[in-house]
Amino acid sequence: MTLDVRIHGRGGQGVVTAAELLSLAAFDQGLHAQALPSFGSERTGAPVVAFCRIDERPIRSHDPVDHPSLVVLQDPTLLRAGGVLDGLADDGVVVVNSSRTPAELADAGLHLGPRQRLVTVPATELSRELLGRPLPNTALLGAVAAVTGVVSLDAVRGAIRQRFASRPDTVVAANVRLAEEAHAVVIDEEAQRHAQTD
Amino acid sequence: MLRQIEGSRAVADTVALCRPAVVAAYPISPQTHIVEGLSDLVTAGDLAPCEYLLVESEFGALSACIGASAAGARTYTATSSQGLLFMAEALPNASGLGLPIVMTVANRALGAPINIWNDHSDALSQRDAGWLQLFASSNQEAVDLHVQAFALAERLSLPVMVCMDGFVLTHAMEEIDVPDQETVDAFLPAFAPRQWLDPDDPVTIGAMVGPGQFTEVKYLAARHQLAALDDVAEVAAEFESTFGRASGGLLQPYRTEDAEVVLVAMGSVLGTAADVVDGLRDDGIAAGVLGITCYRPWPHDELHDALRGIPRAVVVNRAIAVGAGSILGRDVRLTAPPTTEVHDVVMGLGGRPVTRAGLRQLVLDVLHGRLEPGALHFVDLDETIAASELARDEEVAVP
Repeated sequence: MTLDVRIHGRGGQGVVTAAELLSLAAFDQGLHAQALPSFGSERTGAPVVAFCRIDERPIRSHDPVDHPSLVVLQDPTLLRAGGVLDGLADDGVVVVNSSRTPAELADAGLHLGPRQRLVTVPATELSRELLGRPLPNTALLGAVAAVTGVVSLDAVRGAIRQRFASRPDTVVAANVRLAEEAHAVVIDEEAQRHAQTD
Repeated sequence: MLRQIEGSRAVADTVALCRPAVVAAYPISPQTHIVEGLSDLVTAGDLAPCEYLLVESEFGALSACIGASAAGARTYTATSSQGLLFMAEALPNASGLGLPIVMTVANRALGAPINIWNDHSDALSQRDAGWLQLFASSNQEAVDLHVQAFALAERLSLPVMVCMDGFVLTHAMEEIDVPDQETVDAFLPAFAPRQWLDPDDPVTIGAMVGPGQFTEVKYLAARHQLAALDDVAEVAAEFESTFGRASGGLLQPYRTEDAEVVLVAMGSVLGTAADVVDGLRDDGIAAGVLGITCYRPWPHDELHDALRGIPRAVVVNRAIAVGAGSILGRDVRLTAPPTTEVHDVVMGLGGRPVTRAGLRQLVLDVLHGRLEPGALHFVDLDETIAASELARDEEVAVP
């Protein structure tokens, strides 16, 4: 079971934190994991990329993930900049923070290969609702747990609790709920999609 | 205990386990998280007794370490890039005075142009400063090398730099076994300086030496550093028997038996290279990796022996000597047996990633004779840009 993840977002959205949380969740599940940032000059709003590798075997390489099996887009406007889908595996998955459906994004010009899959989750809206701020990070991790099954929702919950241990309990609880809500949204979407295909 | 943590945090925790009495800190990316981590530990009382000195510059940091070490304190600092250069005046003093300071160098490029990313230009620019230089291939090894560095420094009365790739290691979150206090205490006894500055029992450390004795002092220093090769190997062996894992030492060969070609490198590319070599071996290509952990002192005889019988070595240089060629590559060329053809390539300057695809292609290029031996080859060079700039230079008329 391996997962090579590339996360795209903007400075301030917690791109590096997302990669770290994912690696923590995988580690807690007994898997080997590595979170690697790709730092630029850090400015709020500038495009940022981070990587996460998850494997059953110890991870030795320290190169960037250039053939991801999963791409997470924290900000859909990054699609316009191009390059975010570079190297995506033929059967890769893209999780996009968007309130639009995959079909709507396809109509808007997001085209994937026949075996590639697009999943959307309204992470910004959900985080506004639960955190009072547009921080899509933990919602997207809930979605990743639902889509891949490589890390469980429980492991994501654990990672949030560890990483935000110094924050107030209400913040931790809100982030856990955010991951749970996003997880539920994606499970629901997937169920509908399967119903349509059947 | 195995923890999923950032490399910098693991190094900070490990340095604290080594109980430094003085830490001098001046932050510079990508070293910052290490000294911040130590600051947190001192503030929380988890590292005590320890004097944490927030100094005004890197020059101040190393000068404070020199003073503290001469007064008999176990002393630590960390830096990067131009920060190391700002210490340059004091570096040979630390080694010449025989002060066992341990310093992390979070390796980063040298400007200009300004660039905060990883290569080995900083550490290699100070290779002749008389410090031992150990290069970590992973965050686990970075942790382990810090424990070994304090033991080595105090055994030899010499300062040690532990070099770890900036960002690629310092900012990577990985599973790292940070040792426990009891085991570190057993491995690293309290610092017993050979001599120290004591107002009640005055001695002079660092007297002037004139032409009559200076050559002899330098000769003995050179002998002492070369003799330290044995200590580096011994301390690594002792570490393995205490902590149960192999780390450090002089060289790290990986699948070099019967190899047609080996990649020779230092630092975090070694893990990437090991994965590349496994892939090549699966395809029937006899490739290997020869990691150099100890750069200073230079393990001449060990490297010569390790390369014996290997027809091709490809040195991956992450720094260059402008106006001369490579640094590591030249050392390897001067060391390799005449039967080993040495290829010299530059990769990964200023944060350009050294990828699995790039290393694999490099090995194939060497095996298919596409890389001229003897010349310094810049991998991934944008030749269009380089050619147009060169052409522009030609056009500029000098008035």
